Amino acid sequence: MTKRPPRWLAFSVLALGLAALPFLVDLGMGRSWVRLLDLALLYVILALGLNIVVGYAGLLDLGYVAFYALGAYVYAWLASPQFGLHLPFWAVLPLGAMLAALFGVLLGTPTLRLRGDYLAIVTLGFGEIIRIFMNNLNAPVNITNGPQGINLIDPVRLGAFNLSEPHRLFGLTFTGIHLTYYLFLLFTLLVIFVSMRLEDSRIGRAWVAIREDEIAAAATGINTRNLKLLAFAMGATFGGLAGGLFASFQGFISPESFNLMESIMILCMIVLGGMGHIPGVIFGAVVLTLLPEALRYTGDWQRDLFGHVYIDPADLRMLLFGVALVAVMLYRPAGLLPSTRRRREFADAQG
Amino acid sequence: MDIFLQQLINGLVLGSVYALVALGYTMVYGILELINFAHGEITMIGAMVALAVIGALTLAAPGAPGVLLLGAGLAVAIPVCVALGLVIERVAYRPLRHAPRLAPLITAIGVSIVLQNVAMMIWGKQYIPFPGILPQGRHEILGATVSDVQVAILVLAVIIMLMLILVVQKTRLGRAMRATAQSRQVASLMGVDVNRVIAATFAIGSALAAVAGVMVSAYYGLAHYYMGFLLGLKAFSAAVLGGIGNLGGAMLGGLLLGLIESFGAGYIGDLTGGFLGSNYQDVFAFFVLIAVLVFRPSGLLGARGAERA
Repeated sequence: MTKRPPRWLAFSVLALGLAALPFLVDLGMGRSWVRLLDLALLYVILALGLNIVVGYAGLLDLGYVAFYALGAYVYAWLASPQFGLHLPFWAVLPLGAMLAALFGVLLGTPTLRLRGDYLAIVTLGFGEIIRIFMNNLNAPVNITNGPQGINLIDPVRLGAFNLSEPHRLFGLTFTGIHLTYYLFLLFTLLVIFVSMRLEDSRIGRAWVAIREDEIAAAATGINTRNLKLLAFAMGATFGGLAGGLFASFQGFISPESFNLMESIMILCMIVLGGMGHIPGVIFGAVVLTLLPEALRYTGDWQRDLFGHVYIDPADLRMLLFGVALVAVMLYRPAGLLPSTRRRREFADAQG
Repeated sequence: MDIFLQQLINGLVLGSVYALVALGYTMVYGILELINFAHGEITMIGAMVALAVIGALTLAAPGAPGVLLLGAGLAVAIPVCVALGLVIERVAYRPLRHAPRLAPLITAIGVSIVLQNVAMMIWGKQYIPFPGILPQGRHEILGATVSDVQVAILVLAVIIMLMLILVVQKTRLGRAMRATAQSRQVASLMGVDVNRVIAATFAIGSALAAVAGVMVSAYYGLAHYYMGFLLGLKAFSAAVLGGIGNLGGAMLGGLLLGLIESFGAGYIGDLTGGFLGSNYQDVFAFFVLIAVLVFRPSGLLGARGAERA
């Protein structure tokens, strides 16, 4: 009987790997991929947040990006020349997350009675409303600076330590995007930890019960109203957090970044990866963030194969992306890494 | 009064187009409980194909009457869209009929991305103007202006909807469709070829989408590879507003949404004392949508208390 390696060993290997990853990627594939790595972590946070609403509680939310936008705009308002405020990030991030949570409850309350696709369309409308307001609130009072968006947002700064400037340590140069990676990794791990603890908690099991059969759940004494609101609020909190991080990372935000397609992409991440299953969701988020960039190389492939670029890779990559979405769903309808529970449910449905 | 009448007419015309697209969503939803996200893109393809045919014909036969050219465009666009709808159903939806509910939603999104990008590769990223082949006549009615195109859209849409009602209520196929919507299993036990009925539903919906696409591009005077997205979104909202799965609901929802939009754009400035301009017209539409659904969670004409998990 082979003995599995001890847990602590697996954990330290994983930790070392994650710590070294930006440098390996930087060496192997170039600086722009480290940036993508940062974005991938951001999407992991977003996907895990939406996973609470859609994956655990089974509430189809197509306006999730609204919370992302709220978090980003709160950060931009409180830490940019827009209003001349420059609060530190550790004060702004929780504020953005809290405001997002508040809006989550605000959205959740009137929609408690809605089911399935009706809920989907209302959340979608909510997302669009937030985006249109962000787009138009530059007159009569300039709040969001309209379609131009807000510029010169402060980077993350802790005392004299500026995260966007390069630092040297142990003979290694940590540039802004490297440091951002570690910051995002920290938050990602936090969100993963919270998700894991929620999954097997009383609350998590209550959510699953609501997802499977709301009437039966209510009959067993679950307070479906409060728990559904809690799911919206929790999901929104993560969205708001990710929004704040996004604003500090980009230094610039505009309503363009928060359109419906973005919500749909995040939904695709969790469905493609495996809904309600944390490793699946993480995997889906990373794959869908990196895939469109990887597909940029289709130009090189064309040149290698035919000696000529027939189709502009920028045009081709979204096409292939769509094909990939369809293909994965056809061959793995429960997602790439489904939870054992879902796989079983799916097998039952087939049988 | 003249502004009111003008907005009423604009709203009715726009609403009848929404209704045609919404019918495609609602028919598919009624039978499969599937949001056919690619439906908006089929509308776009319909417009693009028709425009391409009209463009080619005006070059080949200059001076041909506009109505004939339009007819030729439709005669090509409708079969293309029907074929497209059938292929999409066969490839992206049928294999997933027993899969988890969200899986076909993702393939639908994938198909819609593919169609958008294919259209972008074929027709480019620029706006394509609708050729000036249609009569440009305008009529004054009680101070409001109505163009020939608007009249044609409204009349054609009403005729098509009446025909659809006839098909669904009076023919064998219509009865099979209604039976399948009630219960796929029982319908198949009664000898209904469920796969054929579903294919027919997609074919009819796609044909309506093709017509609607041509109407929209004629109304706004242009077509664009991205036009299907917002149109589809609004039509889907209209279907939900009326109660999804319900044909009358889709028509009512479409007309209402068109009216809300046009009145919203016309009066939102006055209502808010100039604080919100007409660029908030979509907000207005979505607010009404949310308000209606909060008070009638199954839509205006949806079955009450029908809880489908």
